[in-house]
Amino acid sequence: MLRNTRRRGPAVIIWVIAGVALALLVLPLLGILLSAPWPQLPALLVAPETLQALGLSLLTGVISTCCCLVLGVPLAVVLARSVSWAVVPRRLLRAAVTIPLVLPPVVGGLALLLLLGRNGVLGRYLAMIGITIPFTTGAVVIAQTFVAMPFLVFAVEGALRGADRRVELAAASLGATPFQVFRTVTIPLVAPGIAAGAVLCFARALGEFGATITFAGSYPGITRTLPIASYLASQTDLNQSIALALVLLVVSVAVLLGLRDRWLRPAGSSGSTATTAPVALG
Amino acid sequence: MKVRPLLIATATVAALALAGCSGASSGSAPTSSGTPDSLKGTVTVLAAASLTEVYGDLAAQFEKLHPNVTITQSFGGSSALAAQIVQGAPADLFATANEATMKTVTDAGMAAETPIVYATNILTLVVPPSNPANVKTVADLANPAVKVALCDKTVPCGSAAITLLAAENLKVTPVTLETDVKAVLTKVEVDEVDAGLVYVTDAKTAGDKVKQIAVPDAANVINRYPIALMSGSSNPKAAKAFENFILSKTGLAALKAAGFGTP
Repeated sequence: MLRNTRRRGPAVIIWVIAGVALALLVLPLLGILLSAPWPQLPALLVAPETLQALGLSLLTGVISTCCCLVLGVPLAVVLARSVSWAVVPRRLLRAAVTIPLVLPPVVGGLALLLLLGRNGVLGRYLAMIGITIPFTTGAVVIAQTFVAMPFLVFAVEGALRGADRRVELAAASLGATPFQVFRTVTIPLVAPGIAAGAVLCFARALGEFGATITFAGSYPGITRTLPIASYLASQTDLNQSIALALVLLVVSVAVLLGLRDRWLRPAGSSGSTATTAPVALG
Repeated sequence: MKVRPLLIATATVAALALAGCSGASSGSAPTSSGTPDSLKGTVTVLAAASLTEVYGDLAAQFEKLHPNVTITQSFGGSSALAAQIVQGAPADLFATANEATMKTVTDAGMAAETPIVYATNILTLVVPPSNPANVKTVADLANPAVKVALCDKTVPCGSAAITLLAAENLKVTPVTLETDVKAVLTKVEVDEVDAGLVYVTDAKTAGDKVKQIAVPDAANVINRYPIALMSGSSNPKAAKAFENFILSKTGLAALKAAGFGTP
């Protein structure tokens, strides 16, 4: 990491700039808190639309995170192993995993519509057997899984790279099949990374807006998640919008703080690798 | 935002001057004060999504007449744009798809003049060219097997749709409620829904990408389109000139050609 740590910590200018950066991240949230309609808040929070959107967001967020775990952990393993590949396929794979991070979510949603819509490249065949995906809760899950996947993959990949591969080699030399090694050695080894990735993944899924509204549309109880409800409310009733935004904020922060403390600390060993991993985009 | 009393005063005077000679819909001369060359700078226009094409064309024409003026336009759901203006988004001119959304801006004291209604629009039913659900009349929208896209009730096309469906005595459960009329049109164009209610002007713009089905009662649900100069305008002179251009014979003819009605 940092080579010249011999110097006694960063210069004053670094502190100042870091302070500005922190203010940029934190002050907008303070804005929400300060302009929140506190007296009306209880009524706004238990309003049927709020609860409906919250319920839908939590449900789809949890399912999307599960999808990301099932699909993303194996992808992370492949990505971590790709260091030994030739340059071109290695970079292509990494770029593919990075796409949802750099693609505007609305474009991602449009791409999903063109693939899975009932006239889409794949969707037309699904439609033949009676499956149409757009405008369903399933479409919300797919959109969220699409945008959240990289968070899980990079977190787990970072943990895998930091993990001691000799343990896996030892297990293999003792006769374990590759899948046994994966299940009984690799997974427990990078559990903190998986947990960190899952938390980020869930937070990202919860906040998903652009891909969802493009691919899944917006209908109360079916596809209108909290961010969409908050956006719609912002056009007519700012107080309602702020209330919805607060719910989103509280849930996200609670998830980030709560889960980290409970599940990441005891596992210990490679925790720091895991938490820095999502930044390692290459 | 910065408040500029002088400019507001100027704008108000200009507005009053227009009110004197208006009658709004029959406004003729595109320029009122000064030579065309005296106009310069940028004019920011926030306009309803349904105005996208016609305002785009008119802006291009206006820029040709006044090479020193740049018209920057942002199109979207009227209510979203109204919320942006109330929150301080810079805007010289604001044009909505109904009077209710304009009222939120005038109520907030952001308009420099009484809004001028210069066009009307009505809804129509559009289906994909292949008409996958075999929709024949608006009554078919009540069939649960028909996937319908509507505007959300917060935007003008949505409130008009609710009124129209109520007038038709239909109970429709759409699969999606979009944030502006163009989003509904797109969903129909890409054939992801079986039907949608959009403005006749949007159906016209879409050409053969959609099939239009007349709704007899639609003519009774009329959206009136107002435009107003904003009090925060940083370039009221050029903004007023562009507004006059829209209200001129040229502008009104373009609106008529696009399918808009006259108030």
